[in-house]
Amino acid sequence: MKIVVCLKQTPDTEATIKLTADKQGIEEQNIKWVMNPYDEYAVEQALRLKEKHGGETVVVCMGPDRVTEAMRTALAMGMDKGVHLKDDAFAHSDATGTAKALAAAIKPLSPDLILCGRQAIDWDMAQVPAILAELLDMPQVTVVAKMEMGADGKSAVCNRRIEGGEEVVEVKFPAVLTCDKGLNEPRYASLPGIMKAKKKEIKPLGLAESGLSANDVGKASSKVQILEYLPLPERPPGKVFKEQETPDMVKQVVKLLREEAKII
Amino acid sequence: MDFDLTDEQKAIRELARRFADEEIAPSAKERDEKEIFPDEILKKMGPLGFLGGPIPKEYGGAGLDYIAHAILTEEVGRACSSVRTTLSVHISLAQLTILKWGSEAQKKHWLPRLASGEILGCFGLTEPDTGSDAANQKTTALKKGDRWILNGAKMWISNAGKAELAIIFAQTDKSKGAKGLAAFLVERNTPGYSTRDIHGKLGMRSSNTGEIILEDCAVPAANLLGEVGQGFKVAMSGLDHGRYSVAAGSVGLIQACREASVAYAKERVQFGKPIAGFQLVQEMIARMRVSEDAARLLVYQAGHLKNRGRPDTIATCIAKYFSTEAAQQAAMDAIQVHGGYGYSNEYPVERYLRDARVATLYEGTSQIQQLIIGRHETGISAFV
Ligand SMILES: Cc1cc2nc3c(=O)[nH]c(=O)nc-3n(C[C@H](O)[C@H](O)[C@H](O)COP(=O)(O)OP(=O)(O)OC[C@H]3O[C@@H](n4cnc5c(N)ncnc54)[C@H](O)[C@@H]3O)c2cc1C
Repeated sequence: MKIVVCLKQTPDTEATIKLTADKQGIEEQNIKWVMNPYDEYAVEQALRLKEKHGGETVVVCMGPDRVTEAMRTALAMGMDKGVHLKDDAFAHSDATGTAKALAAAIKPLSPDLILCGRQAIDWDMAQVPAILAELLDMPQVTVVAKMEMGADGKSAVCNRRIEGGEEVVEVKFPAVLTCDKGLNEPRYASLPGIMKAKKKEIKPLGLAESGLSANDVGKASSKVQILEYLPLPERPPGKVFKEQETPDMVKQVVKLLREEAKII
Repeated sequence: MDFDLTDEQKAIRELARRFADEEIAPSAKERDEKEIFPDEILKKMGPLGFLGGPIPKEYGGAGLDYIAHAILTEEVGRACSSVRTTLSVHISLAQLTILKWGSEAQKKHWLPRLASGEILGCFGLTEPDTGSDAANQKTTALKKGDRWILNGAKMWISNAGKAELAIIFAQTDKSKGAKGLAAFLVERNTPGYSTRDIHGKLGMRSSNTGEIILEDCAVPAANLLGEVGQGFKVAMSGLDHGRYSVAAGSVGLIQACREASVAYAKERVQFGKPIAGFQLVQEMIARMRVSEDAARLLVYQAGHLKNRGRPDTIATCIAKYFSTEAAQQAAMDAIQVHGGYGYSNEYPVERYLRDARVATLYEGTSQIQQLIIGRHETGISAFV
């Protein structure tokens, strides 16, 4: 069984995001980059499937040089090798451009299964896997919280999280699955894993080798134009209630928690 | 000179940082309070290779270089000094000593089991009446046929109550003094071997410390580690590694003090502004940062010598002396920054101080480190 995991490197969830002066992007210098947290579930799932059914696991990632760090983390967790879509031409691709590039890298691998995170925690669009499935003409199951391999080894039964419950779907391979929290407990990379990872292959794939043209990807192809990014509004100062009767203050607090904060 | 870490060293820092934050730090307070040994954490560390980092792969270790080994130790020390102590003894004092002095058969037999965490190791040098003057061992070893009969007691031994294997130092011939010493690999299940836990420690309360009692303990001749007469050298080479690990752990502790102090100082408001804005508070934070960097560089300098296989005893003593004293100062300052709140265990800094306290005592007190450095500088031994 051949499994491809699509991986994205995103800012750490705890990173403080600052906008560039022209509001067209974010300051990247002081950001700590990590593997997109949802992609960890995809990597873990790929490793578990390989441990049980054998085969090969390949991690595919698009981005500048720094993304190899996230790829090495996946390799240290146990993935076999990587393909790194690396070309200035890929920069500023929208979801369609990104999916086209990934599809170009994945197609020659003829995988049985493609695993992605349910969404990347930076832009939160959750579009790439869906477009990828269309481009590769594969079925897709999104937001998978449980996966059972079929007895034939060529299909799976997946539970999807939906509003208020779960949907159970059977899917035939090759397919694209997006992985949600709860699907598994991602492992830590091990020290021997880290030492082995440095010897594993990460194949760079430029625009020319991908078979795409400059019009397919990057800013040129982007159907989405970002006008500007806005910073999060400053957190309003806390409200303090004092010097009143306690029951009165409790009433006011409960009212505000309900109507303004909307948390109860 | 290259001050950049390699990609692997960075990845190891990242892995260790995450593991320390997610798996070690959350339980540190409770383990300290209730004197709970970190069995569960060790169980998770084993499969990740954390319990045999610098041991070569052929003996079941991860084959880390000594800088990477220090980085991992720092991160563990940042989260919990008790877990770090357990590792310092298990890896540096026990395994690295066997790696250096063990026969091929001894290394093949013991190292994979220790490095995987299947069993824990300990290092029995200190005795009730023998501390800094370590050459003055009262424990005796007498050869009887193909066995050595050990009698005596070891005191303040980390991991004593948990270890399946102890390196025990003993005197084979009193008339020879230090030249009569020998080291032995003693298994817990040897008849005549028993341990007693020590409770009520000021710090390192989640680490296990105990006494080892040896009563006509018959050890096979094949378990002699090194040769008769080499015992003191075996002990000192073990301490070269143990002190390195303590120093690295202390760097992590200083970092923990700095991070806790910076976070608290930015939030605590007095006189209408965060206390981080007061120069006298910044002075303490600056001191922590400077000693953290200086200690780290001293550790990496000793690590570099270890990687090159060059003599590192003095560099390691310097790193251990500086880092452990600086860690104590940093913990004192951290409590000062926290004010009264730092005095309660609602914040971790009081534990940092109690834990830091022992590091200037064990593996050679600060005075002993000074005497070793002083002897090196003057050519005159002040020990006798
Ligand atoms: C928590 C803990 C864990 C430990 N773990 C281990 C372990 O795993 N294995 C092990 O073998 N030991 C271990 N020890 C023992 C530790 O190494 C000794 O406590 C240490 O070596 C000091 O010996 P001592 O306590 O007998 O003090 P002493 O040697 O009696 O020293 C008392 C004081 O006198 C000073 N002093 C002594 N001689 C001189 C001198 N010549 N010049 C100037 N000052 C001097 C010392 O610096 C110290 O201030 C541990 C101790 C503790 C507290």
